[in-house]
Order: sequence, then structure tokens, then C-alpha cells
Amino acid sequence: MSSDPIVTATVTDAQLASLAGLSEPAAQPTPFREFWRHFSANAGAVGGLVIVITVLLIAVFAGVLAPHSPIAIDNAAYLKPPAWQSGGSWTYPLGTDAIGRDILSRLMYGARLSLSIGVAVVALSVIVGTCLGMAAAFFRGVTEIAIMRLMDVLLSLPSLLLAIVIVAILGPGLMNAMLAVAVVVLPHYVRTARAAALTELSRDYVTAARMVGAGNLRLMFREVLPNCMAPLIVQASLGVSTAILDAAALGFLGLGAQPPSPEWGTMLADAREFVLRAWWVVTFPGLVILITVLAFNLLGDGMRDALDPKLKR
Amino acid sequence: MLRFLFTRVSLLVPTFFGMTLLAFLLIRLVPGDPIETMAGERGIDKARHELLLKEYGLDRPVIVQYGIYIGRVLQGNLGKSMITQEPVLKEFLTLFPATIELASFAILFALLLGIPAGMLAAVRRNSIFDHGVMGVSLTGYSMPIFWWGLLLILLFSVQLGLTPVSGRLDFKYFIEPVTGFLLIDSLLAKDFGAFRSAALHLVLPMIVLGTVPLAVIARMTRSSMLEVMGEDYIRTARAKGLAPLRVIALHAFRNALIPVVTVIGLQVGVLFTGAILTETIFSWPGVGKWLIEAINRRDYPVLQGGLLLLGLMVMTVNLLVDIAYGFINPRIRHSR
Repeated sequence: MSSDPIVTATVTDAQLASLAGLSEPAAQPTPFREFWRHFSANAGAVGGLVIVITVLLIAVFAGVLAPHSPIAIDNAAYLKPPAWQSGGSWTYPLGTDAIGRDILSRLMYGARLSLSIGVAVVALSVIVGTCLGMAAAFFRGVTEIAIMRLMDVLLSLPSLLLAIVIVAILGPGLMNAMLAVAVVVLPHYVRTARAAALTELSRDYVTAARMVGAGNLRLMFREVLPNCMAPLIVQASLGVSTAILDAAALGFLGLGAQPPSPEWGTMLADAREFVLRAWWVVTFPGLVILITVLAFNLLGDGMRDALDPKLKR
Repeated sequence: MLRFLFTRVSLLVPTFFGMTLLAFLLIRLVPGDPIETMAGERGIDKARHELLLKEYGLDRPVIVQYGIYIGRVLQGNLGKSMITQEPVLKEFLTLFPATIELASFAILFALLLGIPAGMLAAVRRNSIFDHGVMGVSLTGYSMPIFWWGLLLILLFSVQLGLTPVSGRLDFKYFIEPVTGFLLIDSLLAKDFGAFRSAALHLVLPMIVLGTVPLAVIARMTRSSMLEVMGEDYIRTARAKGLAPLRVIALHAFRNALIPVVTVIGLQVGVLFTGAILTETIFSWPGVGKWLIEAINRRDYPVLQGGLLLLGLMVMTVNLLVDIAYGFINPRIRHSR
């Protein structure tokens, strides 16, 4: 933002008063309040947050909201079109798939899977990545070289290919797919954690803590880690969308969640052969993936701008 | 410059060995005895089992096996496909041109659309056009491309009947592979019907594979342009009365392009990842489809070799980008 002197000069007294009122420390701005002030100014980020919360609520209350069971088969309704198209009915608002399952219900239950995948993958890679990154920053030398070289190797392989090979070896399935995606995204967290820890390690408070006799573990987790949280949170919030997208891609290739599980990518894989005669089986699962991933990306961008002003452009 | 080249190349050596180690170890994690897996359901008698174990060197310590593996890799021997019995490297080289053709057109598509869009968005900052470009590019960035492909097939192939659904060339044409790039080979053969067919087959996969790079390039061009436009020398150029278009095209654009070049290099990994999905959707006979088929057939040598070869490709391209970057920007090569 450029501060134009002409604009500044014409600020009225009333505006000045209101500005003063704002900056008056009525209450000490807590870090959260500070964050929220920046975050809520970003319309896209708030929109993303609203969608994410909606998807979360749908996932939690899928049992109540969904009109049918996600695996219930209606022998009388194969490939029924959505309600607004001729031949459709409100029994199945978004139509049915090739073996007569309600698409809307499957999508709702699928939200549970996709959200848990996103959260679990990110949690796993954040925890492991932080530990490795901190270890690299603290112990330098051989430890650092070994860890960082390994991460370079993981980074230079096409991510999905590596995930595919891992799943191919461990065997297809939701758990293995999640594990594979977690391994593939790990280098980003290791690098972020290491870089943040290295900056912190040169600060005076670390030296002070060392001098009063804090051990390495205490230094790592009580002193340095809390100060490295901002970039890690940013990385994690952007990582959820990648995790959901990659897991859906594995599902689409038949390597992720297995049928009849209503995982969105797996639903698309089932729908592929019907692309020529039933547009709805193909359209809706992909649309919800797109909307969810987009929402998480907006949310992550907003978090980054609010938490890490340095990265803001 | 030579020193920069040398350090940059020498950094690749540990990465290369790490990659071979990873490819080697991953395949060893496959549950079950490899000989029995190879023998299949018929089973194998004990004496022959021992013999094969010896023949493949599987009775030696792991570290020796890795040494043997490295030696073979360095000689270009990546083993044989368990299904076709063809050398992995040969199969890879036959299919790779198809993937390269697809990937280069995808990146071309992304550049030709992304750079002008990003530039215009930066020049008309905060206009409707700018918001539109940013919105579309964030959507493109979030796009599950396997779905995007199906959607385009639904629209252009099924509804409008404009493009073929899958494959690389219509069945009625046959082009003797010379370069492996169908668009070039068909022109060399002066078969314009085949050229048209190949081009039509290429359009949708190109769009699908180019979508994510397009989004990234548009965003990068915009933010890089915005940064450059704030520089003093742009103000100087404006102040001395140069035409706005000249300032943007000559003064700003050239400098804004440097970070974009890096991003293009980084997109190569993304392109290979995307190629796996795109080739699967469109039955494009390239490396990605080959690898997915190898998984379904449990053809581990192909997986191992493919992983290593694609990893090497990404490594090489990143190296080339770094070197190109060193040429463009002298500050980089002197800082190391």
C-alpha cells in the first residue's frame, strides 16, 4: 500500500478521531485478535472459511443430513438423473450412480473421508517434519546432511509418482494412500521447520536459555518451537488442500480408498466409464473436490497473509 | 561461471545416489519373496528357487546387492519388464516422446496464456480483469485435473463432437516413428490428414495438463510484474516520457520474466505428475500410462526404472534452469 501524502493531508478530524479510537488499547490485542483483524479483512479467506465450516458440518452430521445410506443400493434406480432433469425425482436429488446408490448421500459421507484425510495427512507430516527439521537445525553436521539430502531426493521425484510407487508397494487402500501422501509432502515441512529454527537459534533468548542450563529437548520444544509456529501453520493450512487433492488422485487411479467407500476420488474412478451417458455421476464428485480444495486454498492464503506479513505481496 | 557450474553439478551426485538408493530400497519393501512373485501361482520347486536366488544375486548382503544395482544403472541397464521381457530403458525411450510432446505443448499453452494474462492483470491492477484472472487462476490451481479432463471430454467430445475421446492418432493412419513426435513425423511423411488427427487428439490433453502450470505462471507473472513496476527505473522511464506500452513491454517485462523462468523449471515435476493422470484419462500412450499399467500388473522393475528415470529428468531440468538462471542473472553465479 502506498501512503499518498495528498490523501493523508485531507483526512478530516472525525476520521482522525475514529482512527485514534481504533488504536486506543481498550483491551490488549491478543495474538488471536490481531490475527483475526487481518484475516477478516480478506473477503476470499472468510469465504473459504465459511465453505470449510459448511463442509465440516456436513461431514459431522452426514448421518442426519443424508437422505440415504451411502452404500444402500436401489435396484430400481440405476443412473437416475438429478431431480431437475426429466426422469429424475426428489428421492435422489443429485441422481444415482451405476448401481443405484444416492449420489448426494455418498458425497456427504465422502466429506468425512476427505476431511479426515486432509487433517490426518497434514498432522502426520507436520509432526514428523517438525521433529526432523528441528533435529537438522539443532544437531547440524552429519544429521543435517543426511536429513536434508533425503528431503532433496524426495523433492526431486514427481510427487504423485512417488506416492503411487509407495502405494503400489504397500498395497492399495485408504491408510496406505494417506501414508504415501504424508511421505511425499514431508520435505516441505522439514524445510520450513529447519529454516524457522535456524533463524530462532541465533537469537539471544536461546543463548540465555542455554546458559541457565536448558537441555536440547527443552530448548527445541519449549523455547524454539513456539516461535516457529507461524510458518508451520501457514504451510499446514495450505497443505490440507494438497493432501485432499493427492488422495483423491490416488483414489481415482484405484490406489486409494477402495469401493464401496464413498471417497470422492474413488467415486470418480467408478464413474469414468459412464461419462458418455450420465454426466451427473462424473460432474458432482469432482465439483465438490474442486470447491473444498479451493476453499482450503483461500483459507490458507488468508492465514499466510495474516500470520506472516513478510510473505505478503 | 565454470566454478558455479562445477559446484552446481557436484551437488547432484549425492542426490543421484540417494535416488538410486530409494528406488532400490522401495522395491525391496514389496512384501513376499521376489522369486515366488515372479513364478506366479504355479509355484516353484526348492532347487530352482535356490538357483534363481543365486542368479539374481538375492543371496548376497543387501549392500552388495545395492552395489551391483548401482553398477548396472550406471551402465544404463535398468532390468527387464517382468511382463514383456523388454529392457525397461528401451520401453521408456519408446514411450517418452509421446509424454514429451504432450508436456511441451501443455507448457507452451500455459506460457502463451499465462504470461499475457498475468501481465495485463498487473498493469490493470484491481480492475475486474485482474480479479477475474486471479480468481480463475486460483480455481485452476485447485483443480482436480483428472476430473477436469473428464469434464472437457463430456463437453467437447460427447456434446459438441469436436475432439476425439482418447488416444493419440486415428486408427486409419499409420506414421512411421522418426522423431517419436507425431506432429513432426506426420509432417515429415507429408500426411496432413494424420497431422490434423494428431493435433485434434492433442488439444484436450494439452489443456488438461497445462491448467495447473497456467495458473501458477499467471500468478507468478502478475506478482513479479507488480514488483518490477514499483521500481525506480520504471518511474524514470515514465518520467522521461516513454510510451506506456514501451515501458511495460521493454523495461518491466524483461526483468519480470526472471522469476517466471524459475517457476517454469519447477513446473516440470508438476507436469510429470499431471502426465500420469492425463495420460490415464485420455489413454495417451506415454510414460505415465505405462507406469500405471505396470502397477496393475505388479511389474516392479518397470516401476523402479520409471521412478528413477523420471526423477533424473526432473533433476536435469532443474539443473538446466539453474544454469540458465546463472546466465541471465550474474548475481546468482557469483554468490556461490
